[in-house]
Amino acid sequence: MRERYGFMAEFDDPRLLADAAGAAYREGYRKMDAYSPFAIEGLDEALGLARTKIPFVFLIMGIAGAVGGFLLLYYISVVYYPINVGGRPLNSWPAYIPISFELTVLSAGTIGFLALLIINRLPMPYHPVFNSASFAKHASNDRFYLCIEADDPLFDPDRTRDFLMGLNPMGVIELEK
Amino acid sequence: MDDARLLNAPFDSPEAVLPPGHTYESVGEKVASIPLAPVSGTRWQWMLGLAVSLLFLLIFLVAIIYDVQQGVGIWGVRIPAAWAFAITNFIWWIGIGHAGTLISAILLLVNQQWRTSINRLAEAMTIWAVMCAGLMPLLHLGRQWLFYWLFPYPNTMGVQPQFRSPLVWDVFAVLTYFTISLLFWFTGMIPDLASLRDRARSGFARTVYGFLSLGWRGSARHWHNYQITYLLFAGLATPLVVSVHTVVSLDFSISLLPGWHSTIFPPYFVAGAIFSGFAMVLTLIIPIRSFYGLKDLITLRHLDNCAKLLLATGLIVAYGYLMETFMAFYSGNTYEKAIVLDRLQGRYAWVYYTVLFCNVVLPQLLWVRRYRRNTVLLFILSIAINIGMWMERFVIVVQSLSRDYLPSAWRIYGPTLWDWLTLLGSLGLFFTMQFLFMRLLPMIPISEVRELLHRQRGHTA
Repeated sequence: MRERYGFMAEFDDPRLLADAAGAAYREGYRKMDAYSPFAIEGLDEALGLARTKIPFVFLIMGIAGAVGGFLLLYYISVVYYPINVGGRPLNSWPAYIPISFELTVLSAGTIGFLALLIINRLPMPYHPVFNSASFAKHASNDRFYLCIEADDPLFDPDRTRDFLMGLNPMGVIELEK
Repeated sequence: MDDARLLNAPFDSPEAVLPPGHTYESVGEKVASIPLAPVSGTRWQWMLGLAVSLLFLLIFLVAIIYDVQQGVGIWGVRIPAAWAFAITNFIWWIGIGHAGTLISAILLLVNQQWRTSINRLAEAMTIWAVMCAGLMPLLHLGRQWLFYWLFPYPNTMGVQPQFRSPLVWDVFAVLTYFTISLLFWFTGMIPDLASLRDRARSGFARTVYGFLSLGWRGSARHWHNYQITYLLFAGLATPLVVSVHTVVSLDFSISLLPGWHSTIFPPYFVAGAIFSGFAMVLTLIIPIRSFYGLKDLITLRHLDNCAKLLLATGLIVAYGYLMETFMAFYSGNTYEKAIVLDRLQGRYAWVYYTVLFCNVVLPQLLWVRRYRRNTVLLFILSIAINIGMWMERFVIVVQSLSRDYLPSAWRIYGPTLWDWLTLLGSLGLFFTMQFLFMRLLPMIPISEVRELLHRQRGHTA
């Protein structure tokens, strides 16, 4: 048999999954993940997930877009290609606000989207969880999974399997890498 | 579906949005069965619709080629009316797009659960509408192949765009709007594409949806990042949508032309955009929900809410009409007064009265709950409002231009065949994209409806 990725418990109710995730966390498991067809409120706390860095990316890229956008307009209109319109000031900054704003949104949105993909490591063409036929059929539809991975320090083939069986799942699946 | 029960459900309970009886599986089955139907299962009505749309798209292509080859002289645009149909189409299309963003972003931020079933459709509509809109000013360039002169890039001519001009702001606003709408729409669709991948029976469908879903597996870590990104997108899109139509309105109000030079334009344009956009949403969802049997996901409650928003934004638009007229006389400005009198009595008066009838008089029917839930009436009304809003923009653009300060320069504008073909052709582009979308992608956000179902079960438990 190929190397083991972990054990995965299968549930048919999102509330059971949230309870199971909480129980596994209290048991001391850390290298685990839950899978569900839709976002379940409270699941991230139950798994003890750290705060996401995405808002920070949006903020930084938004500021970069705003400042960079304004400086671009300033440089072009004041230094590179100044146009004297009836002696009005070259740095007519209110006129530069709309484009600076659009560039703020553009920069935060596009880089934020890329950050989502990078932080989630997507696209990912292969992942061990899909080795389960049940997962491949139901995980995006109507079932909920909790997978404890083999590289968790507390992982022990028998104990982990028994622990998962004790959480009242429909079944426990052994996953290959 | 048991509409009577939905009518009596409390306003804020999710039950009022989704009827009882759905499961996670049934939602997926219902929505996914449309894109996953085999080629042989394609319905003839859909094929006919696509064929007609493609015909108009072909007309659009001919109109574009002829325009690029001959120049904008093929249209009726003559000084002083240098802007006419193309700019009217531009404002109309981009306004239609705004309702999609309102539904997907603003209603998300204010936690309106009824948005869930219709947000994907509305966002898709936004993207096609912005595509049609973006083409219009592009076609209006004398030399379309030099469009990249609009961007600030280092060039051997040593010239740069004039950033004090709202026309340059427009370029940035529309392109940003298109990009963000597309990313927002795609982000929202990733989990549903994964669901289609897992439900697909043919290897080809599984490969295509698998590729598009990026290997999404519904990990809690992913959802954690995903949800905050989606929310932040909504937060970005909300001021964006307001800024886009504001910039469009500034194209007019920053100029000195009577009929354009007015501070009420930004709010009046944004409200008008959402008004016309909701009309288009209704034009699309009323036939779709009955054709695809989605009446239990897109319920009368949805139509009712759209109709209420139509009424509310319609009243803001009516206020705009009133204030424009009032301010012309209140200002005492001869030219402003003249342009308003011409609007009421001149050559384009019939257009203006049609506008008032379609956008102000007809929507008053929506005060009555019975009419808000009458699909046939709503459908007819939504088309009337679409037409009315197009004509409103026509009056703003053309009537104001055709009578500026100097009577010796006055000239009545009349559209040519090519003006009409460009307008009809853009409808072809819009509906072609819409038909393809309906057949190939999940029209209703499966994962969001499931989440709503989950919360609804929490309520009953």
